Order: sequence, then C-alpha cells, then structure tokens
Amino acid sequence: MQLYDMPDERGHFGPYGGIFVAETLVEALEELRLMYEKYRHDPEFLAEFAHDLKHFVGRPSPIYHAKRWSDKVGGAQIYLKREDLNHTGAHKVNNTVGQALLAKRMGKPRVIAETGAGQHGVATATIAARLGLECVVYMGSEDVKRQAPNVYRMKLLGATVVPVESGSKTLKDALNEAMRDWVTNIENTFYIIGTVAGPHPYPMMVRDFQAVIGVEAKIQMNEIVGRQPDAVLACVGGGSNAMGIFYPYINEENVKLIGVEAAGHGIETGKHAAPLTANSAVGVLHGNRTYLMQDEDGQIIETHSISAGLDYPGVGPEHAWLKDIKRAEYVAITDDEAMTAFHSLCRTEGIIPALESSHALAYAEKLAKTMSPDQIILVNLSGRGDKDINTVAQLSGIAF
Amino acid sequence: MSRIQNTFASLKHAGKKALIPFITAGDPHPDQTVAMLHALVKAGADLIELGVPFSDPMADGPVIQRASERALVHKVGLRKVLALVKEFRQQDNKTPIVLMGYANPIEAMGVEKFADAAKDAGIDGILTVDYPPEESTEFNAMLKARDIDPVFLLSPTTEASRVDIIVNQASGFVYYVSLKGVTGSKNLDIVEVADRVATIRSQTNLPIGVGFGVRDAQTAKAVAAIADAVVVGSRMVQEVEKSTVDNVVTNLMALTAELRAAIDA
Repeated sequence: MQLYDMPDERGHFGPYGGIFVAETLVEALEELRLMYEKYRHDPEFLAEFAHDLKHFVGRPSPIYHAKRWSDKVGGAQIYLKREDLNHTGAHKVNNTVGQALLAKRMGKPRVIAETGAGQHGVATATIAARLGLECVVYMGSEDVKRQAPNVYRMKLLGATVVPVESGSKTLKDALNEAMRDWVTNIENTFYIIGTVAGPHPYPMMVRDFQAVIGVEAKIQMNEIVGRQPDAVLACVGGGSNAMGIFYPYINEENVKLIGVEAAGHGIETGKHAAPLTANSAVGVLHGNRTYLMQDEDGQIIETHSISAGLDYPGVGPEHAWLKDIKRAEYVAITDDEAMTAFHSLCRTEGIIPALESSHALAYAEKLAKTMSPDQIILVNLSGRGDKDINTVAQLSGIAF
Repeated sequence: MSRIQNTFASLKHAGKKALIPFITAGDPHPDQTVAMLHALVKAGADLIELGVPFSDPMADGPVIQRASERALVHKVGLRKVLALVKEFRQQDNKTPIVLMGYANPIEAMGVEKFADAAKDAGIDGILTVDYPPEESTEFNAMLKARDIDPVFLLSPTTEASRVDIIVNQASGFVYYVSLKGVTGSKNLDIVEVADRVATIRSQTNLPIGVGFGVRDAQTAKAVAAIADAVVVGSRMVQEVEKSTVDNVVTNLMALTAELRAAIDA
C-alpha cells in the first residue's frame, strides 16, 4: 500500500473536502492555513502542546482491558481507550488546546465555537478561561434547552452562550452562525471548529490535534499486549474522535478501522444521522464537500440521534474518502442498541460512557461475538456519560 | 453579447448606472414572485438578483435568512426557481436575471443538468456564494459555454493577486462586497469603498457592482457615483417582510422607484 498522504494543498481528500466558502472568508482561511503550516512541525509549538496535554488535560489517557465485559459478551477481548478520563470528560479538549495555542500565537484575543451537546463548547470555554481569551459559543436554541447543565458550565467558565434561533435550531445552525460571526470579526477572532469538518485547513488540523489518541494507543497496545488490535472502533458524528484514533493506524493494513454512525430510529425510517452508512448524496455544506443528508432539492434535512454529539447531517471529508477507498468501514447503531450497551458497560465495568461512545460500544458487542477470544478490539471511549444522565433517566421514566 | 453585457453597454452609452435589486424567490409566496420581478423592472431595475432559497445560508444575515425560511415553507427549491424565471421570460426577454445561491442545491441537481436548465429558463448569470474560483473552474466553463455569466464576489479582504484570479474567471460583472460580514450587516464606508473600487478597476474591465450595506436612497446615490451598479438586497427583502400579500408589489415598486431616482439624480 502506498503511504497515505492526505489532504492535498487545498484540503482535498480525493473529491471531498476543499474550501467552499464565501469570498469574505477566503483570506481568513488562507491566514490560518499559513499559520498552521508554520507551526504544525515547529518543535516549540509541539512541545507546548504536549506539555498542556500532559499537565492540563491529564494525558496520556489509559487503555483499559474491559475483561468482565468481554467475558460477558463472549468472543474478542475489548480494550477501551479512556478519553472519558480527560479534563472536561471527552476527547474534544485535545483539539481546543491545540487551536487555542494557535489563536494565541496569531494574536487573536477572542475565540468562538459552535456546539451541539455542549462538550466542544465546554472544552473551548475551558481553554479560553485558562489562556485569558474572550469566548463566545453558539448553540442551537433547541440544544440550549436540552443541555442546560453544559450551558451553565460554559457560563461558569466565563463564556457567553448565544442561542441560535435560525433553521432547525441545532448544531448545523450553530455552525452557520459561528461562521457569520467569524466573517464579521475576522481581525480579532479565531474560530475553533470542534470536528474534522469545515473548510481546509480545519479537517486536517483537527485530525492532527486529535491524532494524539491513536499515537498513544499504538504505543500502549504494544506495551500491554505486545501487538496492535484486530479492529479499532469509534463513533462518528462529524468524526473527530474517530479520525484521531484512525489516523495513526491508516498505514497499518492489518488493523480494521470501523466508524459507527447513529442509526437513530433505524436507517430505513429516514430518522437517523448516518450519511455514510445510508449512502447519502454527496454535496457541499459548511465549507467542504462530503456525504450529506439532504432532500432532492439539496436542502439539508433534520437528523435524529439520541446522542446530540452525533446529530449532524454531514461527516468529515476524510471519512468520506476512507469509505470510498475502503480503508475504513462504516456501520450504524440505533438509539436502542446504544442504550443497551450504555447500561451494559455501567453495570459490568463501573464506567458510565457517553451516549456517543455507546454507539461504538454497541457495535463492539456485535463484532466481538463473531471473533475469537484471542482477538482484540480497541474502542475509543470518547467521553464520559455524566452529561447524559438526564436523557437516560427520562427514557427510563425517571424524573429528578 | 450576453444580456448582462448588453445591459451594461447600453447603460454606459446613456451615461447611467445600473440598479440591481435582490429578492428571494418564493418569498413571501411563489405565486407572487413573477409579478414582483415584473414590478421591479417597471419601477426601474436594470438587472435582478434572484435568491435561491437554501436551508443553510451561511453568508446571509438574519433578514435574508428569514426570506429563505419563508420560501422554504412553500418548498421552493432550485427547480421551482428555474420554472419561475421561465415564466418571467414569457413577458420579459430583456432584463437580465442573476441567480444568487449556494452550491449544494446545484450539486444535488447535477452541475451540467443545472447549466442546461438555467440556459433553458433564460438565466443570465449565476453567483454561487460558496464556489470560489478554485473549486468551480469546470462549472464556470460550463456556464460560459452556454452564454451564462459566472458572477463572483470580491471582498474588502480579497488581496490584489486574488482579484486577478477571480476576474479571470468572472464575466458579466463583479460584485464588490462593501463590508466585512454577512448581508445587511451595517452601513458601508463610502470613502473606503471608492478606494477599493478604483483598485479593482485597475485590474479589470468588467463592470463593478457594489452591495452589502446599501440601505437607503442616499447610500445608493453615493455608491452609484463610484461604481457601475448598485446592488440592494436586505433593504428590498425588509420591504417584502413588512408588507402584506396585498401591498408587497406596490411597496417594492415604490422603493425601487425611489432608489432609481436617487441613482439617476
């Protein structure tokens, strides 16, 4: 296999990615691209990034053998990459630390972000507080209602949370609004995008910052079991935790990479958030070309998933490419299947997983059963589930 | 010569500047769009920008976002917009129509199929907000092969070297966005705009339209003094928004006539 070297100069992963933005944003993206090119291999920048990941985020995150759960499931051994143990409780902070350090070097005193469930918003507010940057987070007004504790966390950290009332009032509209803010305040503002989507260089840059997950995992798997896993699993909304763990494994041909999307009520119902699994039409949204959930007029349609973090109509362009070249496989897990896996991990291992990560866990259960006990599955446990207890309680008919 | 080139040539001959109002197709209701287009022409529009409703209008401010949402209630998509223009063309074979919209509806239809359909409908120019020249070379060639002008935005942050790249692919006219931000954000600074327009003029012979922030007759007059065309978007859409089904056509005519008079004065 040829060594993987993506994207190209203008951010293309094959036909995907690119820079599809209004002229008003072009120069800002060019400035960002040049700055990132300057710093991505700069020893001093990388040392500061590594230092913050270690001392502020708490990296490296451990890899844990979920032995009781593996035995219960029957089949392959399941290992968990514990991104849930990071400061702020998810993988999101790896990227916000990286981008905020870049913002600082670019002399931008103000950062903005979009957020769905609120995890990326919290991670951005956290790093902004630490670096003394002004922080504005855009969040769909529907999500503001659904995720009140995270809204309050952001406010505690000094951020301004702006509810977005346009469109479907969810994550995609928050992203639109953040773009509008950025175009208006280009001089003093850095836009911290939370996933491997958006115009170039974001998909590449976010992947690079998240790749610490896979880099660590390769070293740790070698230490713990003396070899690499047979399959690496991660949930995919925009796809940042998945790209983070997949990327360092792309050239390891013997390791299967499997992205798990949200099937919501079921792919066949149309109420899901799984553009790759459903083979949605390819189109252009939020600055890049990718698989998109849309109607026949090319209007973006509303998605459904029990987990707000996966509730996005598109997917990062590099995942689209990995699907096409068959280097990664994409599957989908329903709300119900994710819930079952959520409870199973809670009871068997004493770990409350995020609903997003529960999708990857649910597929690990299915897959493990088809494998032998000497085989290994590594699941990226991208976040902890404390933020989801209201959703889960509600589904169980419990009111606090 | 395309209809757009013709229009600018005859205006230049007459020593006049172009008035380009913008409305969103299907706002407030698709049944009114054609009548509104005719009314704009009657009141003095030289060319019309017609917005194609999109679910995620990232470059638009709240006024034009709401127009998109009102049109989408009636399921007005790209095919319907083309049908509306075709209907308009039955009575008006002279006024250029430029579609302004986003890439995804075009890609959903298929770029080549769209180019054919646009030609068939009598569209004269296409401004695809999120298709920078680097990502749309083939598409622009397809349009030009059908005598449709690809129209591009230039912004205050567009560097001179990039202006060259853009005007190389553009035809018909170029559209200078007079301020940093989304459509309809704030008031433009006429001195700064004049300066930029002069620079752009040194790099291209294409007519230069100026828009984003033209919100009254006085600004329109000032812009007309320095540019070849005045584009009025959010202000027109505001008029649609505050009108009723019964008076929207007369209100749009009154506003257009007022802008026309200011530009010609």
